[in-house]
Amino acid sequence: MSEPIIRIEHLSRSFSTVKAIDDLSLEVPTGIVFGFLGPNGAGKTTTIHLLLGLLEPTQGQAKVMGFDTRSQANEIRAKSGALLEFSGLYERLSAEDNLDLYGRIYRMPGPERKARAKELLTHLDLWDRRKEKVGKWSRGMKQKLAVARALFHHPPLIFLDEPTAGFDPVAAAALHADLTSLVTREGVTVFLNTHNLAETEKLCAQVAVIRSGKLMTIGNPDQLRLEKGGLKVEIIGRGFNEQTLTLLRARSEVERAEIQNNRLLIELRSQTEVGPLVTLIVQSGGEVEEIRRTGTSLEDLFLTLMKEENK
Amino acid sequence: MNDLWTMIWKEWKDFLLSGGRSDLLRPLLILGILGIVLPLSFRLRWIDLDSAPVLIMLYAPSMFVTSFIGDAIAGEHERHTLETLLASRISDRAILLGKVLVAVGFTWGMTLFSLLLGAIVVNWSQEQGQWVFYAPINLFVVLVMSLLTILLAASGGVLISLKSATVRQASQTMLLGEILLGFAVYVVVRFLPASMTASLTTSQMVSIILLSLVVLDAILLAASLVSFQRSRLILG
Repeated sequence: MSEPIIRIEHLSRSFSTVKAIDDLSLEVPTGIVFGFLGPNGAGKTTTIHLLLGLLEPTQGQAKVMGFDTRSQANEIRAKSGALLEFSGLYERLSAEDNLDLYGRIYRMPGPERKARAKELLTHLDLWDRRKEKVGKWSRGMKQKLAVARALFHHPPLIFLDEPTAGFDPVAAAALHADLTSLVTREGVTVFLNTHNLAETEKLCAQVAVIRSGKLMTIGNPDQLRLEKGGLKVEIIGRGFNEQTLTLLRARSEVERAEIQNNRLLIELRSQTEVGPLVTLIVQSGGEVEEIRRTGTSLEDLFLTLMKEENK
Repeated sequence: MNDLWTMIWKEWKDFLLSGGRSDLLRPLLILGILGIVLPLSFRLRWIDLDSAPVLIMLYAPSMFVTSFIGDAIAGEHERHTLETLLASRISDRAILLGKVLVAVGFTWGMTLFSLLLGAIVVNWSQEQGQWVFYAPINLFVVLVMSLLTILLAASGGVLISLKSATVRQASQTMLLGEILLGFAVYVVVRFLPASMTASLTTSQMVSIILLSLVVLDAILLAASLVSFQRSRLILG
């Protein structure tokens, strides 16, 4: 198994009395899209700043591509790309010049810069508008260009800080499609900060959930849904009533049960057989037509984790 | 050195070539005033580089350079472009020096051009057969002094811009700073003992002024370089 591209060990960062990051430890495997999930103010942006060596940790350490964030931050920034909270594009410059600037910063020769700009802008359907000033573009186009800028110098790792924040679903889906195709084509590892659960489900092979600077959980989204979230059972039929619900809620394995139209929704505490529950439903006068087992959505898991923390 | 050229290229394109008509108006206005209007009103006193034209040629460009620096530093912060630049491999020093060099170079170039234009305008307006020009030593001293005052204003502008959230806030603070500095210079000159000024030759006085400017430039530029650091800027 290859070395993790990011290794964080007991990392903490305080701003006066506030602990923005609190004893964070995690590893990001190479070659995946890693979702760093958390509500606003959870410490996601601070984590990116720490990993890029823009801020020094108060305690602990982190290595990115084998480089220490305290002593080798220049090497990290030279070998990674970033799209931070704002697109960071120069609105008075053209799209071509914005890319050219970062090509120059990463010391790419002139012909290589030109070829790379053409390759990326063509891939993103922006080539015909390369001479236009970016300030006149829509937010979605700007964000696409900012992704291209982050990938321009062929970095093995890119940091994306909420790239679709404030986007409508159509624009977000378009950016997801572009992001997925680019990331797959370039074979780059992505550290994706987000609070968008649909984005995480769609793009990420691994997810870490953070809240108030603390790591709540980490793992593959499917595995997390099973381990942390339990199962949901949807029973379609007729004759479900209050008595059915009372009987179901009395069972120790049932977390929640409710009726929605002709559907009975049951949330289980753990992996368990559904047969005894179906028997119970039939005994209470219900008629079962179809049974569907589904995992907890990432959204449910996220909300559960946030509630746990609040307790 | 590569990084410095990259920043100079960026500043040149971003500020000077991409601004459009409205941004071109400002330098043209300054050129019009310093290169045409004032030489026409001072006439031969302009060519003699009398104290009034010299003070104007030192003060006006330093006002202009602060607005340039305000946009280059506080403007990058306000437009959220600085954070991405800081997340790249380019050094803090290259970013700052690139901005200062373009601002100072452009403003000083404008001063030089204004002086040349002024000479042409005065000669044209005098309608004398004989061509008159600045005394070389006077021109040299004014240009050196102008370079140093522009650099001083730019370095001070960097320090103020770093503390300002917006370009407007930076411009207002810098304007106040310029007025206070002008007043301080006036007070110092006004209350210098007459015996001291009488005992000094013109060249000695000029040397003292130039040396003071060099020392102040070095202090402010060093302070700017110390303040312009990633870890501070990212929190700002």
